[in-house]
Amino acid sequence: MFELLGIPPQALFGQLLLGLINGSFYAILSLGLAIIFGLLNIINFTHGAQYMMGAFVAWMLLNYAGVGYWWALLLAPLVVGAFGVVIERLLISRLYRLDHLYGLLLTFGLALIIQGLFRNQYGVSGLPYGIPPELTGGHNLGFMFLPNYRGWVVVASLVVCLATWFVIEKTKLGAYLRAATENPTLVQAFGINVPRLVTLTYGFGVALAALAGVLAAPIYSVNPNMGADIIIVVFAVVVIGGMGSILGSIVTGFGLGLVEGLTKVFYPEAASTVIFVIMVLVLLVKPAGLFGRNA
Amino acid sequence: MAEAQLAATPSAVAADAPLLKVRGLEAWYGESHVLHGIDFDVAPGEVVTLLGRNGAGKTTTLRSIIGIMQKRRGSIAFDGVETIRLPSRAIARLGIGYCPEERGIFSSLSVHENLLLPPQVKPGGLSVEQIFELFPNLKERLASQGTKLSGGEQQMLAIGRILRTGARLLLLDEPTEGLAPVIVEQIGRTIARLKQEGFTIILVEQNFRFASTVADRHYVVEQGKVVDMIPNAELDANIDKLHAYLGV
Repeated sequence: MFELLGIPPQALFGQLLLGLINGSFYAILSLGLAIIFGLLNIINFTHGAQYMMGAFVAWMLLNYAGVGYWWALLLAPLVVGAFGVVIERLLISRLYRLDHLYGLLLTFGLALIIQGLFRNQYGVSGLPYGIPPELTGGHNLGFMFLPNYRGWVVVASLVVCLATWFVIEKTKLGAYLRAATENPTLVQAFGINVPRLVTLTYGFGVALAALAGVLAAPIYSVNPNMGADIIIVVFAVVVIGGMGSILGSIVTGFGLGLVEGLTKVFYPEAASTVIFVIMVLVLLVKPAGLFGRNA
Repeated sequence: MAEAQLAATPSAVAADAPLLKVRGLEAWYGESHVLHGIDFDVAPGEVVTLLGRNGAGKTTTLRSIIGIMQKRRGSIAFDGVETIRLPSRAIARLGIGYCPEERGIFSSLSVHENLLLPPQVKPGGLSVEQIFELFPNLKERLASQGTKLSGGEQQMLAIGRILRTGARLLLLDEPTEGLAPVIVEQIGRTIARLKQEGFTIILVEQNFRFASTVADRHYVVEQGKVVDMIPNAELDANIDKLHAYLGV
């Protein structure tokens, strides 16, 4: 097999796959954040904790109720999304007339509380969650070995992201969402129940985070800190894509995952910082982000 | 000004059964008290204008009627239903359509999406084809981004989209502002046709010459109060008074 700049193809494509996996999680999480920011103008710092809750709910369903992975894919987002709806109704809805900073502080505080509660109950060493039997094993593609579960995560993430994009860009519900993002007062004056739209949108964004958590559970151990580890990178992805941009979140999420993977191959020392370097460059050149409205 | 005089209309219907009855309407922007007790009636099928100088409270009156002024007090009865405590979405669903001053065209939506955005709140709204008959330009620009239209086309879109909803009372805030004379004429013809079809319209205007071509009556608003009502038929006789009110 060929080598690229002295890198064996297995190493190159292996890292690209890892990058694509990370990119899948970046895309789903940043998509949820973008949807929430777009409509609610809230920078949802609880998103990482809600991603972690998705993984934990899947773990609890399996260990306490014997409910497996496939049902968890459906139930965990519903449970955590419902939790999000309660949070929005009880707490976040009181902050819409205030500066962004209040929403950020509230959601940051909530994230710390949620993580603390899980850490207190389950420790920080991580809990195992097995790959479902249908997705164990892998395929040798010749130039690399593709584990089935990782392939599934990439495909599932793509499908979820594209379906979400379709709903927002091509349906009547999506038109309501986009219009309410621009001018909620006028949309309300047309007879549309914007507060309910806002609540359900927050619940959906949170459910996306939980879905990412369930997908991540068999890959990373289920850990109270798993959300805190990823959320800062995801915020950088959202800023690079353009705050509130749906397409920007998806493209940037997958793209930056790949860039991160390539950096691990060619210059591993920069792998953990390359996304932030790109964020700085993008902010300097296009402050609204690559896909931002004013870009 | 006496309430009875303000409520006077060319037809007996208005005095007996107004579609909209506003009494003692007050409204605030934050701490700023903008409306100080607005009183007026609108009869079914009437076109009524609110005339006045900039900052007199005309737009705020429309915003209060549709319920997007957060702080308001008094009484607004639409078709016998008190709306002062209702949220704007509930008011719209009673059958009131609102076309804001800045037109409110959504840049993230195409012309077609903008047109179909407001839900039908009552039966009897115009079909999309009927709207295209009124505004043929829109049909050719359906796939365009809403805010890529010219000012006149955006105004047509802003009016057209509320005609679909089945609303019986239309609130039009300065629909001719900044438009070329030929477009102003088209808007005027449209309003006249809507009146023929039975729509009730409240028009906020600074251009009283335009208003005189479409309206039945004119309420003059000054410093947050209705200070006069001039039937359109008596406009010529009151032109000096109106000039003084409007500062022209």
